[in-house]
Amino acid sequence: MSDTVPRHTGGHAITTPGDDFHERTASAVADPILQRALHNLDRRLRTANESAAAHPEWKDRAAAIRRETLLDLDGWLDRLEHSLVARGVHVHRASTPADARRTIVELAQARGARTVVKSKSMATEEIDLGNALEDAGLTSVETDLGEYIVQLAGERPSHMITPAIHKTLPQIRDVLAREAGTDLAVDREALTAWARDRLRGEFLRADIGITGVNFAAADTGTLVLVTNEGNGRFCTTLPRVHVAVMPVEKVIPRLADVGILLPLLTTHATGQALSNYVTMISGPRRAGETDGPDELHVVFLDNRRRTLLGTRYEEMLACIRCGACLNVCPVYRNVSGHAYDSVYSGPMGKVLTPLLSGGTEGADLPYGSTLCHACSDACPVKIPLGDMILALRADVPDPQSGARRRRRIFWAVWARAWSTPRGYKLTTALARMSHGRVPGLRAWTSTRELPRPARESFRDRWAKEHV
Amino acid sequence: MPKVALFVTCVADQVFPDTAAATVRVLEAAGVEVVFLTAQTCCGQPALTAGEPAAAIRLANHHLDVFGAFEAGAIDAIVAPSGSCTAMVCHHYPALLTERRPEAEALAARTFELTQYLVDVLGIVDIGARLDTTVTVHDACHGLRNLGLGKETRRLVEGAGATLVEMTEPDTCCGFGGVFSFGFPEVSTRLADSKLGHAAGTSARYLVSGDLACLMHLDGRRRKVGPQTVPQPIHIADLLASGLPARR
Repeated sequence: MSDTVPRHTGGHAITTPGDDFHERTASAVADPILQRALHNLDRRLRTANESAAAHPEWKDRAAAIRRETLLDLDGWLDRLEHSLVARGVHVHRASTPADARRTIVELAQARGARTVVKSKSMATEEIDLGNALEDAGLTSVETDLGEYIVQLAGERPSHMITPAIHKTLPQIRDVLAREAGTDLAVDREALTAWARDRLRGEFLRADIGITGVNFAAADTGTLVLVTNEGNGRFCTTLPRVHVAVMPVEKVIPRLADVGILLPLLTTHATGQALSNYVTMISGPRRAGETDGPDELHVVFLDNRRRTLLGTRYEEMLACIRCGACLNVCPVYRNVSGHAYDSVYSGPMGKVLTPLLSGGTEGADLPYGSTLCHACSDACPVKIPLGDMILALRADVPDPQSGARRRRRIFWAVWARAWSTPRGYKLTTALARMSHGRVPGLRAWTSTRELPRPARESFRDRWAKEHV
Repeated sequence: MPKVALFVTCVADQVFPDTAAATVRVLEAAGVEVVFLTAQTCCGQPALTAGEPAAAIRLANHHLDVFGAFEAGAIDAIVAPSGSCTAMVCHHYPALLTERRPEAEALAARTFELTQYLVDVLGIVDIGARLDTTVTVHDACHGLRNLGLGKETRRLVEGAGATLVEMTEPDTCCGFGGVFSFGFPEVSTRLADSKLGHAAGTSARYLVSGDLACLMHLDGRRRKVGPQTVPQPIHIADLLASGLPARR
């Protein structure tokens, strides 16, 4: 069915401060190829949701561990650094993405590195590391299959766990065939085999392996990495240097906490009891060992995270990047990740993007939510995402902007009228006289009928019957 | 006889007064005395979801003035035919009304959604309505996730003798979302189409829910699209009242 909705610019006077996210969601809904890809996504993600729902009591324990960490984040980071250094790991603290990029680029240049292999990591997406490395003259290769496809296509991941899930198989064939310079069959196994072969060469050639971190245990100085393809382990063992980029909230107090957090992460991410590979790294290769890099560097990335401590958004730092909130979100499921035009998408992206950018990016994302709270329910560490999305609508828009001022005035006038029975009766009588033909309703009525106000309100009816 | 103050909600008051009247009939059929306070207006949720909590707080204070004025024991409960408006009072008021938090919490403790009050408070699943029909249920989000409701509507439907046919994903949002339905009409409409499609898959006669806003959205889409092959959206109060014997 074809529905056309009138476009308006500059934001709806009483609802949103901007139209960019709205425009992108409208395009996504109208894109038949994307919608076909999303149909497959929907089936896969539903399985993950069902499997995750099986462990309600684990959520309490995981939520408690994460909040215990946030109570003393700086303390746990110091303890983690101490443990890492004791194991011969180099720790770098980066307060901004630029700091993190500079640290890593300088490190690579100082070692004469030419090729970098990367394991999928949202943190490196957040700091746009791949482009920074390329700009510095290095070759950077994504090695997670989905991420590799997305890199070759010149895109960014549309889902934290399944980066290329917005693509159909024929589209993936086109991307890989272009890289291969030969025709490839539209066949999952054949395409995977080609990529596997190609990536194997990259692993052997690479000077540096770069990964993220899923958990970092403060007591033992252990980095925990979760992957399904084994590419992460190649990145951490084959190259001479391993660099792990770790957003500060990835620290956990004890290695034993992995027992709860890890299965919770994998069930909520993909429905797996455990990922295919779990890599635990406690330092670089030591004398007498055969595996591992000569050097291991960990970059603690802050990027405004610590400014959230003590605010109503502090609990956002409990997020373990499982993607469960994306998988259940009715909006995400219909528009996919690229519509958010940010590194993080879905409900957690609506919260994190404005917060990590100080309100300069994604300020209109919080409006693209029905506030259904499916995300809050799905979250394995009990982050009240729905309430945060709602609160951001008040906290993010610049209070001095024209759109915000108009909105504030509209609702202030409304509240003044409706906070007295007389004002309420007067305004509703006016609406009744106009038969509901008030301005600003076309966005609704072009696809849906709108009922008119009743001829007689309930209160008037009640007054007649109860004299 | 329990005594209840009707929290009618602005939507029922102004757009769906029949549903408000049906709510009174249903409560009375359950043996409840209903009073109505004409000073009530709106809970303030529209302003909160638009991002203007200051305006919402003004309405919340008014709501608290109106419904908080009862002497202890004068009424047993405040009941609304909406999970969303009830959630505004129970879930959001205590956080919004920081200066009147004890009052707000006391108000939240005695405010209930209609099916919640009937089934969970009074323990009634059969109010004497008789329905020879088939029904599928849409779990409205705020009732489901802010108040923990779901089984109540189903038990009342079955208590009235109707046949319940579950749809795929009864707990997925219908796409209304208040200001969202204006700001993001394409996704909002897509979600309504999914919900109506799932409902149609059951071949039920009625699509029942506890929130008029969802029903307004779904029925608005259904009427726009036509032909009307999907179950008719109907509020649980209207459905139950339709099965009550005519008043003497």
